[in-house]
Amino acid sequence: MELFSVLVVDDEEDFVETLVNRLKKRTIDAVGAPSGEDALELLGNREFDVVILDIKMPGGMDGIETLKEIKKIQPLSEVILLTGHASVESSIEGMRCGAFDYVLKPIKLEELFPKIAQAFEKKDVHNQKIRSAKIQHSLRYW
Amino acid sequence: MKASLYINLQRKIILIVLVVSLVPLVILGGTIYYQFARMYKDKIEEQIKYRAKAQAEAVDVFLKERIALLNTVACTHTFSELIDEKRLSEIFSVMNSKGGAFVDLGIIKNNGQQAAYMGPYDLLGLNYYEQRWFGEVVRKGIFISDVYFGYRQLPHFIIAVLRQENRNSWILRATIDPDVFCPIVRSAQMGKTGDAYIVNVAGVYQTQPRFDGKLLSKSHLDTALFGREASVIEQKDGQKGEILYAGYWLKTPRWLLVVSQEVAEEMSGLLVTRNVEIIIIVLGLLAIVMVTVFMTRLFISRLRETDNKIDTMNAQLMHSDKLAALGKMGASVAHEINNPLVVVVQKIGWMEDLLDEEDPQKTKNLEEYKKTISKIDYHLERIRKVVHNMLGYARRMEPRFEAVDINETLDQTIDLLENYALVNNINIQTDLSSSLPIIANDKAQLQQVFLNLISNAIDAISKDGLIEIESRTADSHIVVTISDDGPGIPKDQQRRVFEPFFTTKETEKGTGLGLWISYDIMEKMGGTIIFESKVGEGSAFTVKIPVVLPEKE
Repeated sequence: MELFSVLVVDDEEDFVETLVNRLKKRTIDAVGAPSGEDALELLGNREFDVVILDIKMPGGMDGIETLKEIKKIQPLSEVILLTGHASVESSIEGMRCGAFDYVLKPIKLEELFPKIAQAFEKKDVHNQKIRSAKIQHSLRYW
Repeated sequence: MKASLYINLQRKIILIVLVVSLVPLVILGGTIYYQFARMYKDKIEEQIKYRAKAQAEAVDVFLKERIALLNTVACTHTFSELIDEKRLSEIFSVMNSKGGAFVDLGIIKNNGQQAAYMGPYDLLGLNYYEQRWFGEVVRKGIFISDVYFGYRQLPHFIIAVLRQENRNSWILRATIDPDVFCPIVRSAQMGKTGDAYIVNVAGVYQTQPRFDGKLLSKSHLDTALFGREASVIEQKDGQKGEILYAGYWLKTPRWLLVVSQEVAEEMSGLLVTRNVEIIIIVLGLLAIVMVTVFMTRLFISRLRETDNKIDTMNAQLMHSDKLAALGKMGASVAHEINNPLVVVVQKIGWMEDLLDEEDPQKTKNLEEYKKTISKIDYHLERIRKVVHNMLGYARRMEPRFEAVDINETLDQTIDLLENYALVNNINIQTDLSSSLPIIANDKAQLQQVFLNLISNAIDAISKDGLIEIESRTADSHIVVTISDDGPGIPKDQQRRVFEPFFTTKETEKGTGLGLWISYDIMEKMGGTIIFESKVGEGSAFTVKIPVVLPEKE
């Protein structure tokens, strides 16, 4: 049984493939997408707990636009931004748009993994709150 | 190469200036001299012409007077009266006392017989019928002879007048005293070389000239050259140079009165003027040459200085341009390296993950793989560090301004490095000015600069040494100097210290980006960073930070 689900979005396919493999090995339900458009399509079909999103993707939608769309489709999914140094400013903008955190590339999985876990925890807490709220809500009318 | 350019330029300028200023001066001098000389000569000619004319007129008057006297005697006396020796002697003495210059007096009958004679020679009874002058007198009534020897064998000339008395005619003839006549002519002589004499139509001397020849000898003058009016000719004489001759024809006999003068003597005044002019021009030329050479040299040396300054400035500009270009290139290279690096890091991680699954019994080299992967990891980390720094450089855009106390910043930086220094037995001494203003600056970036400089100093010394850190204000700057007593930077490396990746440290210790980043930070803040270094004595890096006061909140 997987711990939680992660969507990895990056135009570097080798990177996506390897990261997905490594996450899967750590019993995480990981799926890769080579572009913002593909990511949104996947998100339309199913839910992801955490999205790891490259901020700079040449051609098509860039990270920030994708982030905004994700927040519309699945507001509860937590997004971690991947950034090169030249785009720190846009990662700050990403934080404003509701990203959970950002990390500088290249990053070791040992450093990235705790952040994914934190993101999931946050989402989980959020979900639990919603669940208990729902329970309380139904209890009231019970 | 360059020096010869300056020398060529200097030569050209000097040449042009000299030609432009000297040629007109010489032409002007020459023209003035030429004109002046011509005027002077004209004046001399005029003068000598005038003298010739005046003297000729004087001689004419003299001769006319003698003729008048003779005519008077002839017309007022009869032939019979005059052949009376006593009477003739009386008349002769009256003539000589009133007019003078008569040597003798004779009465000649129309057959040429001398009927009466009064004078020092024994000429009575001589017959002149065959003489040329006798015929002339009979024909013309009045005759003045050329100078000749005659019966008395002495040079003389005569004046004779014809008297018509009833049917009979006779001639009164007088000889003129050359001792009286010649001085009249000679009085026109001037100076040391001037001469005055009379020649007849054939050019034979009628009076004794001062130079060149004897009475009655032939002169070298061609009398045909002289016109009716007073005229001047110029002739060259081998020894005396140019000689001016002014000639004027007398009215009565066909005699030419000549006044001559050596040009050189008359021109001596002009020569003085010419010499003065030449001296003035030569001095002027010297002054022009000297001033031109001096000014041109001064100008060229100034030009050289300016050129050198511009060259130095250009070199500095090129250096900072080069550093900026290197920075941009470094950043883009780093970026390009970063992308594959991202993948490689994950791939290595993946291999590590997979190796854990291998059975140690079945995989022969498992340990070796693991060791290799950890080595690759270690070196990837090094790449990551360099790329980090490079991209960090590119990222560092505008500095953030806050109130900064430079001394405090220095103290904090020293605190960070103190342990490192103590371990290596390096003493850090500070001399911080207490009157530094608080300035608006980016503290983090300044600290970065100080950190780089102090840690460089420590690394340069390596063991046992002294680092001095000084802060002070100068003009509108805060100046921080960090000096060490390390080995110093060799001359050939000094130009490169601010270049990225230039390092003298071991690869493990430094990336060669510290000074480059510090240089860039200071440039962006409007400050400077310079250094002085001597091999064996150490290096001193000086940071100049502009004083900008923070806005009051």
